[in-house]
Amino acid sequence: MRSVENALQLEIPLNAQYIRNLIMAAHGVHDHIVHFYHLAALDWVDIVSALKADPKKASALGESLSNWDQNSAKHMKEVQDRLGTFVKSGQLGIYANGYWGHPAMKLPPEVNLLAAAHYLQALHYQRRINMVVSILGSKTPNIQNLAVGGVANAINPDNQSALNMERLYYIKTLIDEVQSFVRNAMLVDVAAVAALYADWTGHGKGVTNYLSAPDMPMDTKGTAFALPGGYIENGDFATFKPIKSFNDEYFKNGVKESIKHSWYKGDWNKHPFEETTDPNHTGMQYDGKYSWVKAPTFNGKPAQVGPLANVLCMYAAGHAGTKKYVTDMLNTISAVAKTKVGPAALHSTIGRIGARAVRCAVLLDECTNQWNALVANIGKGDVKTFNAPKFPSGEIRGVGFHEAPRGILSHWAVIDGGKIKNYQCVVPSTWNAAPRNGSDQPGPYEASLVGTPLADPEKPLEVLRTVHSFDPCLACAVHLVDAKGRDIITVKAL
Amino acid sequence: MKIKDIASVSKQLGVSRREFLKYCSIVAAGMGLPLGAGEQIAEAVTSAARRPPVIWLSAQECTGCSESLLRATHPTFEHLILDLISLDYHETLSTPSGHQAEAARAASIKANKGEFILVVDGAIPVKDNGIYCMIAGKTALDILKETAKECKAIIAMGSCSSWGGVPSADPNPTGATGVQKILTDAGIKTPVVTIPGCPPNPYNFLSTVLYFVTFKKLPELDDLARPKFAYGRLIHENCERRPHFDAGRFATEFGDENHRKGYCLYKLGCKGPETHANCPSILFGDTGAGTWPVGTGHPCFGCTEKGIGFHKPLFSRASLHMVTPPDTYPHVVEHQGKSALAGIAVAAAAAGAAYVAVDKVAKKLGDDDGKGKK
Repeated sequence: MRSVENALQLEIPLNAQYIRNLIMAAHGVHDHIVHFYHLAALDWVDIVSALKADPKKASALGESLSNWDQNSAKHMKEVQDRLGTFVKSGQLGIYANGYWGHPAMKLPPEVNLLAAAHYLQALHYQRRINMVVSILGSKTPNIQNLAVGGVANAINPDNQSALNMERLYYIKTLIDEVQSFVRNAMLVDVAAVAALYADWTGHGKGVTNYLSAPDMPMDTKGTAFALPGGYIENGDFATFKPIKSFNDEYFKNGVKESIKHSWYKGDWNKHPFEETTDPNHTGMQYDGKYSWVKAPTFNGKPAQVGPLANVLCMYAAGHAGTKKYVTDMLNTISAVAKTKVGPAALHSTIGRIGARAVRCAVLLDECTNQWNALVANIGKGDVKTFNAPKFPSGEIRGVGFHEAPRGILSHWAVIDGGKIKNYQCVVPSTWNAAPRNGSDQPGPYEASLVGTPLADPEKPLEVLRTVHSFDPCLACAVHLVDAKGRDIITVKAL
Repeated sequence: MKIKDIASVSKQLGVSRREFLKYCSIVAAGMGLPLGAGEQIAEAVTSAARRPPVIWLSAQECTGCSESLLRATHPTFEHLILDLISLDYHETLSTPSGHQAEAARAASIKANKGEFILVVDGAIPVKDNGIYCMIAGKTALDILKETAKECKAIIAMGSCSSWGGVPSADPNPTGATGVQKILTDAGIKTPVVTIPGCPPNPYNFLSTVLYFVTFKKLPELDDLARPKFAYGRLIHENCERRPHFDAGRFATEFGDENHRKGYCLYKLGCKGPETHANCPSILFGDTGAGTWPVGTGHPCFGCTEKGIGFHKPLFSRASLHMVTPPDTYPHVVEHQGKSALAGIAVAAAAAGAAYVAVDKVAKKLGDDDGKGKK
């Protein structure tokens, strides 16, 4: 969408920007809740151990950490009973063969029970925030309200078949309902896990060049953004350089992809507008081609993308909400761990998980900001949602980027006479899961796994912790190879 | 230890007692329980009602089909997997990864041979022997064929596994193919239900599973193996904008006056007239009226229908499969002034009179031949 609009230099009506922004923000909140609780937490939380917990102690612990109103002893007992019945059924479903009792699991039973209770509560709240996406996006996932030039939503406060006050206040109610869960449960749970696994702030650093897109455009041309983005090199805030607009040349010229180690024909390092995609599967060649993923670089170097990159860039750019949530989280971690934990700890596996929770809270605040902007604009009498695109006869090129839940996403389109001539997507997991690039530098996943301690090489839970901390967008395979090049184990990180 | 009970459950599951106990021991070991706990679990299984086992395989997919289940409220996802079914393998949701996940899958298939439901999301690439989708060193094509022989029934979740979906769009570089075609070509006769959609409404999947779990049989299917309760009608038949279609009131651009009045989206390329699905009846996300593509103002793009979604251009005009109201119907709104209105009244009166006359003739015929023809 944005790549075509960029190619056409099409302006997007304000209402359409706000509606898109609201969808992006609400979707991001949902995604981050689901990732932490349902796709990553069980790498750290042993739910079988929760059966041994004292529900009263678990409740007292929860009450001591925050004002969350669903930490009662009665509730903890209910959750424990439910888990107990489930485990006793002998049918463990998706939890069968999990890492229960693994030596790397360190949380006391009460913390495990508290986390298990919030795991179930989180399912409810991710549904609630997702309803915002449904209302505006028609359905979710795979929304269906976008059009090149704006959105297909009709705004008419005086009609029952359009976006009107009933719809708008349904959205507002849902946003407000999720606030307490994110602030009082999720941020606290993440800080508690981080504090109790404080040694993990020393693992999983990997690539410390961070790239992030500015997003939530607040004007029709894409030159002013509610949430900033940019590039940081070698983890040094002083190097931060912002990406300023949808036409930003610094970003546009900085991206290239290599296929030296990827299953495509040839060996080149090209700008996305010039790329081709010709599959050439060779099987695993540990020193040659070994991945379907291309290797993107920014100004010739691999870069990490995702909530950590985003939070660091937003912090460097001085975004007030981000600074506040990062500071609060580090303070909570320090208090629980009983040792001072500073911003340097963010360059780690735990840092990525913490940053995701911070981003979640920032996005939830942004839902409210975007809702306010939309309602104020409609109040001015502006109901425009669409500018019709007109395609010229010659060749045009455009890039569209977006700070997706997993990091910067960019689409690169070459259009000739209104038809697609070339289309390349450089997606967040391409940056993070990249194989070695044209100069044989490893991508973020590979680099972050170096030096990971393994308590049981047959069950490398620690590898999963780090790979999951990136929130991989696909069922990616991590192959661990020992010094002799023998394939010792394959871990599918899901 | 009730060896007799275990023996009977083993028989019921179609596995040997030894295999059944081994499965229980794997489960116990996975939970970090002491030696011997496997037998206790085996005992628990024999005394409690077992939840129907489900294995979920993913191929060329975006996880949207799985995601859609996280949105459901009746039942919720947690109620589904904790209380109603036993989801024994799911690439995204399984807690274990790699070898541990594959072992859990193999153990469940062995223990529940012939009894489990297989769900597949994603298309299966068949070009170049299926190398474009490999899981744990095997092609999705081989895994599907192997597993399809072992299960009781298959649910193809989403357009991709139903008929190829988005990966099968031209030029279909990987040979993305739907489950049913692959099994038919391979001579595997396990029944397949298709739940197309991108993603499908979660209730179309949940209702199919719960129909099977509750009534012990598959729902009635149409000739494309889609459940009739979900795909029995065209979107056009239940669309809240249908009266505008019949009255000739169309939106022609997003945000124009007619679009903002909720007029019909046919001229914007809505594929509702050629797409079978229940979207307008059950909507999405449990958020009340209007929460579906046409409801918010975007034309349907035919995601449930092979040959329409991802094949016909988004804004091109749909083919009309249904008879449109004949010209003799009076217009719902008259824009032309009094004389035309009078003309329609006459036409309507004439039509009414003609109907009465025919009715009388029919009755008379019925009386005459004594067969009650009416």
